[in-house]
Amino acid sequence: MQLKNGKIKDFMMNYALYLIMLLIVIIIAIISPKFISIRVFRDILTQSSTRMLVALGCMFIIVSGSADLSGGRVVGLAAVVSGSLAQQAAYANKFWPEMGELPVIVPVLASVLVGLLVGACNGYAVAKLKVPAFLATLGMQMIAYGVNCLYFNKAPNNSQPLGGYQEAFGNLGTGQIMGIPILVIIALALCAIVWIIQTRTCLGREIFAVGGNANAAKVSGINVFKILMITYMLAGALYGFAGCLEAARTGSATSSYGLSYELDAIASCIVGGCSASGGIGSVPGVIAGVLIFNIINYGLTFIGLSSYWQFVVKGLIIIIAVAIDVRKYAGKN
Amino acid sequence: MEATKYVLEMKHICKSFPGVKALDDASLTVRAGTVHALMGENGAGKSTLMKCAFGLYQPDEGEIRIDGNVVSLPTPKSAMLQGISMIHQELNPIMTRNVMENIWVGRVPYKKVAGVHWADDRKMFQDTQKLFEDLGIHIDPKEKVSNLSVSHCQLLEIARAVSYGAKVIIMDEPTSSLTETESELLFAIIKKLTAQGVAIIYISHKIEEVLDITDEVTVLRDGQLVGNWPTKELDMDSIVSKMVGRDMTNRFPKPEHTPGEVFLEVSHLTSAVPHSFTDISFALHRGEILGIGGLVGAQRTELMESIFGLRPIASGTVRIDGEEVKIGSPQEAIRHKIALLTEERRVTGIIPMLSVGENIVLANQTANHKRYTGGTGFLNYAARTEDAQKYVESLSIKTPGLKTQIQYLSGGNQQKALLGRWMLLEPDILIMDEPTRGIDVGAKYEIYCLMEEMVQNGKCVIMISSEMPELMGMSDRIMVMCEGHLSGILNRDEVSDERIMYLASTYEKGESEYATEKR
Repeated sequence: MQLKNGKIKDFMMNYALYLIMLLIVIIIAIISPKFISIRVFRDILTQSSTRMLVALGCMFIIVSGSADLSGGRVVGLAAVVSGSLAQQAAYANKFWPEMGELPVIVPVLASVLVGLLVGACNGYAVAKLKVPAFLATLGMQMIAYGVNCLYFNKAPNNSQPLGGYQEAFGNLGTGQIMGIPILVIIALALCAIVWIIQTRTCLGREIFAVGGNANAAKVSGINVFKILMITYMLAGALYGFAGCLEAARTGSATSSYGLSYELDAIASCIVGGCSASGGIGSVPGVIAGVLIFNIINYGLTFIGLSSYWQFVVKGLIIIIAVAIDVRKYAGKN
Repeated sequence: MEATKYVLEMKHICKSFPGVKALDDASLTVRAGTVHALMGENGAGKSTLMKCAFGLYQPDEGEIRIDGNVVSLPTPKSAMLQGISMIHQELNPIMTRNVMENIWVGRVPYKKVAGVHWADDRKMFQDTQKLFEDLGIHIDPKEKVSNLSVSHCQLLEIARAVSYGAKVIIMDEPTSSLTETESELLFAIIKKLTAQGVAIIYISHKIEEVLDITDEVTVLRDGQLVGNWPTKELDMDSIVSKMVGRDMTNRFPKPEHTPGEVFLEVSHLTSAVPHSFTDISFALHRGEILGIGGLVGAQRTELMESIFGLRPIASGTVRIDGEEVKIGSPQEAIRHKIALLTEERRVTGIIPMLSVGENIVLANQTANHKRYTGGTGFLNYAARTEDAQKYVESLSIKTPGLKTQIQYLSGGNQQKALLGRWMLLEPDILIMDEPTRGIDVGAKYEIYCLMEEMVQNGKCVIMISSEMPELMGMSDRIMVMCEGHLSGILNRDEVSDERIMYLASTYEKGESEYATEKR
């Protein structure tokens, strides 16, 4: 009987935020009925796609019981790096004037590599040097931004926004296949891959174990250092790829790209049911979390509310989500 | 010492915690100006009683009198203001501040200049110096505490207690981390304090020390008062038998083993961590349960965790089946078929929010990927479920299902699930650290049966236990440690409570008449 009551309570706690989201959608739709349309739906999905990748990376980190503040700046760095390698040969203001046109795979791989590198540094600092994750990744956030600015300011570019991408590169961000944006397809594919890694591989289960109780995982023969390194690198790769897609989607890139994406991603994860103390989190939850935030973003703009209000609403949702999270897990231990 | 006035009287104290009656009519009366030893085995209730005296716990029943007046001690601060101070076993000074600030913390003297209160450093310095002079302590009051040795930190705590005007100072294992010279210094200060009329309650497992420096001895057993005697009427043996004297009940599957050849051989193992264990040698035979006895601080857990690769080793060798092995991590230990069921189930055992099934397959999944992926890289859930289910059944783990989060299971069932985690690896050596602590009798018996089964199959078991009946009931041989040293290994036919307690309190191998060489 007690268990059943507990389940009802769990249910209420798990779905409180979805109910709030539903309420917001209803309010927006009442104010502006055009909100309920295919176009709006597609826009929201497209905008959510790059955010989705950052959130997936963040989910790996949070499930492993760690934290990562570097995500947004890695997106920015990867956007500039990939953008600078994806320009047309004929473009007047080329970042590398001497360079010819590169195959599209090069900027894509470069962005992923940048992410992997930053992730490896994060992982090493956290797992080997034992720097608290919050501080290690705060440091990396600054380093990534600094490096990005230095690169972006290189002559002859001198901090001018990038542009003039090859068509194939731009298509990654703006193209459609049978009416479905390529971005959305990529995001869905990555969601599926991450879900498989998380639930169907030893690595995925070991990440859960490390996040749930790193000491116990260590005693049980799990190489905690290795797992944390891989986790941070996976997250980094996702951030990097997100940066590349962000450049492709907007047809440009500057060093200020990706600003505070990591905070939105962390918020999406927590709202999507990841436990801030590690060991709990799922892909469907994170998808829901990302959608909630983008619906709020888009919806509030749609009804003409000042974008500043978005911050207030998002902030409130984060606090409510964590307050619920704490109650959900604190009582059980 | 002819002091007759009781400064502290604790009468008929009872204190229960969920599931445990820690104190059951325990009493302690201490005279002013004496050193009073409080003795008993681990879990006898010494610490609980002292925490009641120091205001950390509230007794359920009984009364506490100071100087004949009934008092209530809701907090440590009220205890200190009424003259009771406690020097904890693990000291906790504010490392980043200096000596005098630590002594006067919360009571820093102030002076008023220009209408503002300023900390009066000069007065604080002078007061500290005077305090130290009276006690014969030589520490610079302005020294940073992080630069002090453990012994000096302890003296600092004592000075702090005196500065509160303590009438009773409780010392919990004060010499456990001191060298001999440092101990002598402590004893000299204790003499000074008693000469000033302060009473000392002295908790120690070192019986020689107790015989040397105390005036009276109170013995507790299972939360009850055994009695109290003037120290001069006692000797080593009588103290031990008073501490132990309890009935052995038949709660164990009677082991009749014929141990085979040596399987694990540990020689001269010394920890890389200072003040941990040194020069430990023992052999473990196939089909044998080796019990490890000792008191808190004997470094038994540290020894086993070092063998398992969790802690660094400075020197010494470990041989398995004749071959020398170097184990630097749990992964390597598991590869050599060693399993370690740790002492702290919650800290190093369960992954609370993961399911029972997940917890059971955890170690095997990491060690033997192929069992669950069939080489494809993707997990086959059926194999996982099958393995987990097997142990849920064979260990009769009571759980609503494999998917239930393990944190909802009772302690005993969590422990059995963790045992399942290790059994799945089919270990040759199973090390169990306090395997039955805090679990119910039924689960205990099942764990004993499982140990038996391992041994019947020619595997070996090492069991650290502080429960004397369990240690004696299950072990083929008992290795006793004291303060990081091996003080003796007892064969089954020479085991007795007294001998174990004796060895656990004396580590000089030469002095210990019971110490036997390993077979």
